[in-house]
Amino acid sequence: MFLRTINKIYDTDIGYSFFNSKIAIISSTIFFIIFLCSAFAELVAPYNPFDPATVSLMDAFIPPIWSEGGTASFILGTDQQGRDMFSTMIYGSRISLIVGFASIIFAMILGVFLGITAGYIGGRYEIVVMRLTDVQLTIPSILMALLVDGIARAIITRSMHDEMAIYVLIFAIGISEWPQFARVSRASTLVEKNKEYVSASRIIGLSNILIMFKHILPNILRPILVIATIGLALAIITESTLSFLGVGVPPTTPSLGTLIRFGNNFLFSGEWWITFFPAIFLIVLALSINLLGDWMRDALNPKLKKR
Amino acid sequence: MIVVAFVSFSLFNFVGDPVNSMTGEDASDERRAEVREVLGLNDPVYIQFSRFLGNVVQGDFGISYQLKREVSDLIAERMPATLELVFVSAMLAIITGVILGVYTGIHRDSFVSNLILVISLAGVSLPTFIIGIMLIYLFSVILGVLPSFGRGDVTDLGFWTTGFLTISGLKALILPSITLSLFQMTYVIRLVRAEMMEILQTDYIKFAKARGIKNNIVNYKHALKNGMIPVITITGINVGTLIAFSIITETVFQWPGMGSLFINAVYFVDIPIMSAYMIMVAFIFVMINFIVDITYYFIDPRIRLKEETG
Repeated sequence: MFLRTINKIYDTDIGYSFFNSKIAIISSTIFFIIFLCSAFAELVAPYNPFDPATVSLMDAFIPPIWSEGGTASFILGTDQQGRDMFSTMIYGSRISLIVGFASIIFAMILGVFLGITAGYIGGRYEIVVMRLTDVQLTIPSILMALLVDGIARAIITRSMHDEMAIYVLIFAIGISEWPQFARVSRASTLVEKNKEYVSASRIIGLSNILIMFKHILPNILRPILVIATIGLALAIITESTLSFLGVGVPPTTPSLGTLIRFGNNFLFSGEWWITFFPAIFLIVLALSINLLGDWMRDALNPKLKKR
Repeated sequence: MIVVAFVSFSLFNFVGDPVNSMTGEDASDERRAEVREVLGLNDPVYIQFSRFLGNVVQGDFGISYQLKREVSDLIAERMPATLELVFVSAMLAIITGVILGVYTGIHRDSFVSNLILVISLAGVSLPTFIIGIMLIYLFSVILGVLPSFGRGDVTDLGFWTTGFLTISGLKALILPSITLSLFQMTYVIRLVRAEMMEILQTDYIKFAKARGIKNNIVNYKHALKNGMIPVITITGINVGTLIAFSIITETVFQWPGMGSLFINAVYFVDIPIMSAYMIMVAFIFVMINFIVDITYYFIDPRIRLKEETG
């Protein structure tokens, strides 16, 4: 049964190109390992870095196991508070992934909704939406995210801030990434709109909403998925950048970016591992998603195959 | 521009209560009312907006809530640092990018070009701040040859403080500008490479080669010139990105520019600085677009001719 499913997947276009691309296999494996590790952080991480009972200041600044002074109990060393680097990173990647996924889903829903409606309805509404995306595309997304973040900080009172920080961050990154989705889904909708199945569903009297989201949407999912994958890597990098700048997630629940920021303060006193490992981790994560997205773009776009 | 001005005005106006953050929690009601009156917050919205616009045109962005100083002074103080940084890295990105791009476009399958392309792929995927940290670690911590923060000694020219004139200022410029330019550079390399590969296939290049013109002249004079139009467009757009990314670079290197001012403003919810920064950036964007359009005119004679005849 299992083998048959595999064979079935192999027989499809996408499956075939997946199993024939080393890069796709390797990068998706890495991504899923990281994803699973962070999803089951409690089981994977040897320590819970946020449980004060297991953290001791006496253990602070222990270097990784292979350098002088390292111990086997902390494989990658410890940070300034005596937290195990490996565990902290796994928990940190969980925050990074949550924010990344949530903000890209937010951006996707917003962008696809606006894109499909703009493409389908057309008229003045379309012009307004498209002008909005054009304006926003000229603003670099990191700047946009920073601005939204800053405004949100001003609106939300300070005591509420730490609880709200993650939602603010998701909102800020989501807002900064939606135009891509809007553009692509509008362009695809314009193509789909004139196909026969749409006219047919119109003739049998389906409502516009039904046509847009039940019939057109499934047909334009492919390019949207590609953007979502590449956008996920971007969102994770944006999140870690904001956290690195100190305006991201609160320090009590550090993401990879926050860890790098902490570690940066100790670079000069020789504790390189505090910033080094989260940085490597982040690069590997972003790179694997990026390569996966690249592969997906080629696999889902038959036009590129000929080259 | 006006849209941006309006947005930043509404930021000013509706977001949070500046009076609260200025007077603190324990100020009396009379004191608050007094501050309100001084700031002109009791006037109708449209009067406030026109006053805001008028002030902005005169370069007056109000007073920073947190630093209690004129925002325009703060910006004027910080702007040279950022512009110098952006200028140097843009130059670095364009010059190195074009040279490497042409090289990889001509020698398509050589080892060196593949190496350059692999490195440039890494440059796209690495977050800016990690590049910065790594450069600091390599050049300041391990090798100890370059400073890791600040601008070094700056020369004050009255209205402009420059780091170009002293050795320590130049040294301090190296790492941040490399960090900032790397991303752009990879972009330019790829673009120039694609353009070159396309153009080298065209007939007039083959003809020029057949005429016996030296390869270098063909490559740089004939081919590159035609490949420059998209490069200029993209670079123009990307100078905006450079300014945005200078926020990150400035934080990593503690560079005293507008970006770090802005980050602090976000951190302390200092709305006048935020809106002033926004207006400045929008202004720079508009200026860049203008400059890009003019550059077309000089580089591509076809556009010039079209204007003159029609």
